[in-house]
Amino acid sequence: MIWEIFRQERKGQPFESAGSVDAPDAEFAEAWAREQYGRRGESVALWLIPRDAIHTVDKWADEFELKYRRVDGYSIKARLKEARERASAGTR
Amino acid sequence: MAAVEVPHDEQAFLAYVQGGGQVETTDWLPEDYRRKLIKFIEMHGNSELMGVLPEREWILRAPTLQRKLALTAKVQDEVGHAQLIYRVVEDLGKPRAQCLADLVDGKAKFHNVFHYPTKTWGDVGVIAWLVDAAAIISQKALLKCSYAPYARIMKKICWEESFHILHGRDVILAMVTGTAEQFELVQEAVNRWWGPLMQFHGNPIAKEEDPMYQWRIKSQGNEEARQQFLDGYVPQIWELGLTVPDPKLRKTDDGVWEYSEPDWEELKHVVTGHGPCTDERLALRQRFIEQESWVRDIVSTA
Amino acid sequence: MNELLLGLADDELILGWRDSEWTGIAPVLEEDVAFSSIAQNEIGHARAVYELLTGDADALAFDRALDEYRCAPLVELRLLDWAHTIARRWLYEVADEIRIGALMGDGDARVASLAAKINREEAYHRMHAEMWHDRLRDEPRFTSAVSDLWPYALGVLPRDRRAELAHRVGLAEVAAVERGTHTDELAELWNEMTMVRRSAPAGAQW
Repeated sequence: MIWEIFRQERKGQPFESAGSVDAPDAEFAEAWAREQYGRRGESVALWLIPRDAIHTVDKWADEFELKYRRVDGYSIKARLKEARERASAGTR
Repeated sequence: MAAVEVPHDEQAFLAYVQGGGQVETTDWLPEDYRRKLIKFIEMHGNSELMGVLPEREWILRAPTLQRKLALTAKVQDEVGHAQLIYRVVEDLGKPRAQCLADLVDGKAKFHNVFHYPTKTWGDVGVIAWLVDAAAIISQKALLKCSYAPYARIMKKICWEESFHILHGRDVILAMVTGTAEQFELVQEAVNRWWGPLMQFHGNPIAKEEDPMYQWRIKSQGNEEARQQFLDGYVPQIWELGLTVPDPKLRKTDDGVWEYSEPDWEELKHVVTGHGPCTDERLALRQRFIEQESWVRDIVSTA
Repeated sequence: MNELLLGLADDELILGWRDSEWTGIAPVLEEDVAFSSIAQNEIGHARAVYELLTGDADALAFDRALDEYRCAPLVELRLLDWAHTIARRWLYEVADEIRIGALMGDGDARVASLAAKINREEAYHRMHAEMWHDRLRDEPRFTSAVSDLWPYALGVLPRDRRAELAHRVGLAEVAAVERGTHTDELAELWNEMTMVRRSAPAGAQW
């Protein structure tokens, strides 16, 4: 059974995918993941998750490119320049 | 910005990876790419596993507790690397048991350096210092592999290899500043390992003609790797008063290392399973695989 | 020198040496990595106890004559099959827990605190041994290996602790293979363990 291993390097850090072990149960997975991913004290915590329990999402539809939801959907340079010029020329 | 789509066409895929694109296990992979990828990664796994055998004898003979611990930890790392690598191969479709069977049957290859004997404690130092150095140069180039799962495990592998080189250098330094006999042990080991080391990165095929580079599985040509090795390590060898058994070895004014042509016939002969220790090491692997198959049956849930 | 402590240290040294023989050839790669950590920990324990005893761990580990080692015959046996190796690990951990437990109450504060430190690390060795014991308890290779090694396991502990060991393992006490006589296997091990060290004059650096 494949167990995906997520490791946390230090408290406060996210858990990151680190690899996988092939083990018959959680006990073996733990005994083996401890050493493979922690023998140098490089992880403060591990999550061991049966691969079957993971639901992957990797297909998206972005047909109409709704850019207003993102930072790159805005281009303020030109208008900002004009607004500054007007303000300093005292046209307000 | 639409999500990146890995192209489903071999030419477009080639352009994609050559442009720095990476792929995951679930992406479409051209058949040629998949086959070459499995073969390359499998050979790496085999090499880590076989590399253990010349070194493990010396764990038992280490002359101090510190060296015993360090060498055990180094070999442990290599077994761990084999585990990471075979998992990647398995996720590409070839089970670990099949890889091991092909290895002991002589159907799959492993790197030349692991077909040679280790004769003294000097070899222990030279392997950790120079052989691992040659390997780490190739491994750093794999950090950019187009196949992302492999690139990701290379990060852990490279991090752990850095300890090995330091350990190797420490062993060497203790001996070259020790007795005259200890210095000689190191020199003798350097003399024996130099040939295989020069062959290690493979013959100087132009990278544009190397399919591994074309597919960006490797991001570096063979000669580039060898030059990096010479540039990094020949000065380290010379500064200790050790010599390299190649009268032609020198760095030209344009920064290129010149050397005697490595014995490519020897390399071919060795990696096709005719090295001095190939048979005995594969036999050892096979003996333990067979003897303990009942254990794998009990802990397997396949 | 404290015979009990030297016996503990020598047991850990020789068992660690034996367990390190599996590095690279264990039945499962994941187990190979985990088992190697156990072997390293054992050597680490030996080193810590040697340092407590004389301050020069390497001298004690390598430079004594064969008959000066105080290890139990259990750890000297060359057991290059997994059933016997795991059976030994399991039996040794049960015995060692009893021994370390006693040392944790030692009148010498340094001994008590080192025993506590070792005990914290041994917790993981015990988990590992129990894990294998659970999975193999009905496997004939394992149960017959435990039978083979049982008289040797009893010899790890002083006589007054053996009833406790028998109770925990669930086997009847039998005549033990006592400390004091070394096996031929130890001589072979010692030769290999010291061959590089003996190749240079005493005090050479490595």
